Parts: sequence; structure tokens; C-alpha cells
Amino acid sequence: MCTSANSFMTTTYLEAIRQGLWEELERDPDVFLLGEDIGVYGGAFKVTAGMLERFGEQRVVDTPISESAIVGAAIGASFMGLRPVVEIQFSDFISCAYDQIVNFAAKCRYRWGAGVPIVIRAPSGGGIHGGPFHSQNPEAAFVHTPGLKVIAPATAYDAKGLIKSAIRDNDPVLFFEHKALYRRIKEDLPEEAYTVPIGKAKVVREGRHLSIVTYGAMVHVALEAAQLLDGEGISIEVVDLRTLLPLDEETVLASVKKTSKAILLHEDTITGGLGGELSARISERAFEYLDGPIVRIAAPDTPVPYSPPLEEAFLPNLSKVVEKARWLHRY
Amino acid sequence: MGVGLAVAGDPALESARGHGAEQARQFFYYMSMMREVEDRIERKLYRQGKIVGGVYVGRGQEAIPVGAGLAAAPDDMLFPSHRDMALYLIRGVHPRQIFAQYMGRIGGLTRGRDGNMHMGDLRLKIVAIISAMAASVPVAAGAAFAMKYKGTRDVACCFFGDGATSRGDWHEGLNLASVQRLPLVLICNNNQYAYSTPVEKQMACANVADRGPAYGIPAEIVDGNDVFAVNSAALRGVEHARRGLGPYLIECKTFRMTGHSAHDPADYVPNHLWKTWGQRDPIDRARDVILANQWAEPEELTLIESGIRREVDSAIEWAENSPYPDASELLEDVYER
Repeated sequence: MCTSANSFMTTTYLEAIRQGLWEELERDPDVFLLGEDIGVYGGAFKVTAGMLERFGEQRVVDTPISESAIVGAAIGASFMGLRPVVEIQFSDFISCAYDQIVNFAAKCRYRWGAGVPIVIRAPSGGGIHGGPFHSQNPEAAFVHTPGLKVIAPATAYDAKGLIKSAIRDNDPVLFFEHKALYRRIKEDLPEEAYTVPIGKAKVVREGRHLSIVTYGAMVHVALEAAQLLDGEGISIEVVDLRTLLPLDEETVLASVKKTSKAILLHEDTITGGLGGELSARISERAFEYLDGPIVRIAAPDTPVPYSPPLEEAFLPNLSKVVEKARWLHRY
Repeated sequence: MGVGLAVAGDPALESARGHGAEQARQFFYYMSMMREVEDRIERKLYRQGKIVGGVYVGRGQEAIPVGAGLAAAPDDMLFPSHRDMALYLIRGVHPRQIFAQYMGRIGGLTRGRDGNMHMGDLRLKIVAIISAMAASVPVAAGAAFAMKYKGTRDVACCFFGDGATSRGDWHEGLNLASVQRLPLVLICNNNQYAYSTPVEKQMACANVADRGPAYGIPAEIVDGNDVFAVNSAALRGVEHARRGLGPYLIECKTFRMTGHSAHDPADYVPNHLWKTWGQRDPIDRARDVILANQWAEPEELTLIESGIRREVDSAIEWAENSPYPDASELLEDVYER
């Protein structure tokens, strides 16, 4: 059984999400989960393991393979006062529910005042040899959809705090959890209950020479690069966006104004990715502070390949970030 | 005008058995009100340039939202299609709000954010459709899920056309609702055209109802231009769902006595269909049944109609006096304040 009682132990990113869900299910009888294989099997990644036994099949609903109907049903249940949490088994399948998310959920409040308090969890990201359909980062399309909120936590602490905030939020929230982080990172979480606010970025490492603005798994790559380059006298500030929509522009601009150089790093492909939007905002609002070009580091415009050498070439990694950071520092 | 008083053996008269005068007059009122409001919108205000966007009406199909809408209890959730205006009237939306909605004024239910029948009000338990057909079906299933979750005896009633049944959402929604045995009543207005596409190019089975059993959902076909028959079928469906027996599918055979929208002259519809279905007008048929049963004198029906015209005249005046939204409202309500 998972409760906050054991959270003083070192907690993985996956376990943190599980704890957050569990605590919200305990706290609010209107919260329920629905998705494919989340009940008896406990979810493809076991995020919901044990929940069926504890909360019953009315609150942990194994559904048919029907992403659109799952999200649609969540919307309908939310109209009746429930707070559904959907699991899309892999974020690659979220495209099957695109219409329900983008045309139904995102637009109800604006059109006729009906809030849609749903959460859609979607394991995303590469680095596990999942190939083209188990590795994607589809966040940019949803960041381009007014009415949605989009979250991509990088740490266990934030993952737990943000899933709880997402469930309590009265607007539709997409929660992209990075698969490669599930069991790879862990940290000590507070014993007491806490939440993390939606819409707030965090400076996770202070620095003077350049800023890396990033999110999700790439936060850890950025921190590694910063650590390594510290030995070369390059002081790097790392901004973890945490929430992608609404964007915490203030924190991003404050960092760039301080360091005067910006690297925008994401695992998603480059064209139409969040880096372009961030770049535009920095040049619109902090142009005169810049001492070098805004640099984007992102995956190239290809599907996510399967074979290790191809996937390694596809994903941004430590050496790519270090190389660009050195170049920008010299500029 | 009616097509002549119903005579003994007339199926319309048979189907009216078990209904009473008061209910029949209610059917007549709501069907006539829907017809009048939509006629004004499509044939007057649209042509006068006062409707700023598209117009989609349910002329010839009024028996479906009226018969089914009055079969639902006030706590049941309604998910209308774009040709079900009477559902709004039944739930207490005033015609003036509908005119204002069409004219893009703040007096409309969406304050000018959306047009035509794209409107809803959770307090009235009526949910706004989106333009992608059948998207409401899974959403209605979710509302039905919540009713079961909370242990209420309410049901969700979801309305859609024949074209919508080609969408994946329709099939996913029916399947999910049936697997979960949700209290969902599915009401199809098979008006035989989806925009310009006739139903035989929409599906290879003879009836929408044929699709129900594949999902384990009982289905029936009803004369969609007979308000009494629609009402009885909807009562059966609502009762089935309320008893916890799962979803129920009703196919109402009808005809769209207009183009897809006001700009569409519907030249693709063969003349004989207009003629045949014109003789099956649901309001004329209800009038005949009412008179044959002596549920009202002809003068009483005339009075109902003239009352409706006066109500509509003042509703239009009210809507035309309702201001356009101020551009300063543009950014509001994308998120909770």
C-alpha cells in the first residue's frame, strides 16, 4: 500500500506520481481514474498498481481501447461534478483523442461557461527504444490550444505536487510524464502533504554566463552539462519550465536578462516546438539584453527512430548541449 | 395545412393512444414554436443579413426533439444535435436568447462566443454540441457514467443524425457505454442526408438501428414524424436506461425538409422526396390527431399559433436590441478566473 506515510523514503518519479494520485483519491471521492489496463494490470508502467484493490472498479475503470471515448467520457463526467483522471497509455496515442481534447474540452468554458476539470496523464518521451509510436513528445500541439493547461514535470517532487494541483484545477490539464524518468530518478519527498503551483517555472541552478531553458527529461541533461562546464569556468543557469501552458514568461525573461545568453532545449522535434515560441518572446521582450544568438537544441524533424545509434543521434544529449553551450559562451 | 383528418386505422392515431389532451397540446406548442423560430431565422433574418453566421434548422424533424425531450425528466441530461432546437425551449431557454445567439449578441447563451445551436447551460442540464459530429456521444456516456457513479436514477439522452453514426466517436461511445451498462438513451434523427450525402452512401446497412445489437444495445425504429410514436419510444428508452439495463438506441426515420444550412438549396435532393415527406409533416399530423381525438377545437390551435407568432415577434425585437459583445470581452473565460 502506498500512502504519504512512507514518503520519507527515497521516492522515484513514478512512485511520486502514484502517491499524488493515491492521496487525491483518498481526499476526494469525486476523483476517479479511467484508462486502458490501469485496473487489474495496474497500468502499462504500473503507475496505478494497487489502486483497483483499494478504491474499487467504480473509481479505477479499465476501458476499451478507445482514447477518444475515454477523454469524451471524462469530459461528460466532469460536467456532473466528478474529477476524472485519464491515463493515455502512451502519449503517442493521444492523437486519437485530439478532437475531444482540442475541440471539446478546451473550448467549453469559453463558449458556454462550462468548466472541464479533467486531467489527462500521458507517458511521453524517448530513450527507451520505444520506436516511432512509443516515444513521442506531442506537447507542442496542445501548447498551441488555448483553454488547455500543459504540465511536464522533471522531478519526483514536482511530479507529485503538480499532479495534485492538476486534479484540483478547474480547467483541462495535460500531464506529460517522462517515461525515461519513471525509475531513473529519485529523491526524498516531504512527509507532509504539499502541492506545486501550475504556471510557475523554477530556476533549478543559478548561473551567470548563460541560461538553459528546458523541461522534462532534458532538465537533467542541462544540469549535467552545467555541472561539467562549471569545471571550465562557465556558469550556467537552468530554468525548468515545469508548466508549458500557461508559460511562466516572467521567470524565463528574468533569467535571460541576467545572463544575456539563452539556450532553449527540448526533446521534442525542433520545428514548431516550444523553443521557437520561447525564442520569439525573448527577442520581443529582452532583445536589448542579449549578447549572443538564441540557440535551440532539439530533436531533428524526423519520427523517433528505434535502433540505438539512430535514437541516440535523434535525442538531444549531454555532448550536444555541452558543445553548443561552449560555443555560445565564446560568442 | 393538415393533410386531412386522421381516420381510424391511421398509424398516427394508433400511436396517440395512451397520450392525453394536455400532452398533445404541449407537443403541438413546442413543435410549432420551433418551426416558427427557425422559419424566422432561416427565411427572414438570414436573408435580411441579420444572422452573422450559419443557420442549421430541423424543419420536418420537430417531432424528435419534442417527443423525446418531453420523455426525459428534468434532471436527465440532454445532448442535442444541431437540429434539436425544441430541446432548448423545453428546458426553458427563451426564444429571445436563441435569436440573440444567432445574431451574435450578448443576450445569446454564449454571449457571442459561438453561434446557432452551439449552446448549453449546465444548470438546465443541456450540453452544447461541437461541430465535429458524434463527439457528444462519448461525452454523454461520461455524464451517464457519473450518474451511475453517484447512484442517481437519472439518464443521459444523446441526439445525433445519420451522418454522425459514421464517426469513430459514435462507435467508441456506444461500445464504452454498453460495456459499462450506462444509462444512456441514443436518439438518431435519420433525416436521410448528411449535407449532400444520402444515407446509402453513408452506410451499407439498411438502418442505423441495425448497428445497436452489434454493441449489445437494444434498438428500435420509429416514425420520426409522429411525435406520439417518438415520445412513446423515448419513454421506453428512458425507462430501460433508468432501470440500469444499459444504453438504448432509437432510430427516428424522418427527412430534412431544407438544405444542410441556409446557404444550401439542396438541388441534390430528388423532387419526389420533398413531395412525399412534405405530406408527412409532423405538425400537420399532430394537428390531425388532436382534432380527431377532440383534444382541442381548431380555434384553440389557431390561438396557440397566433400566440407563438406574437411571442416570436417580441423575442426578435428583444434580440435586436441586445448589444453586440464589447471587444474587451475577447480574452475572458479561456480559463477559470
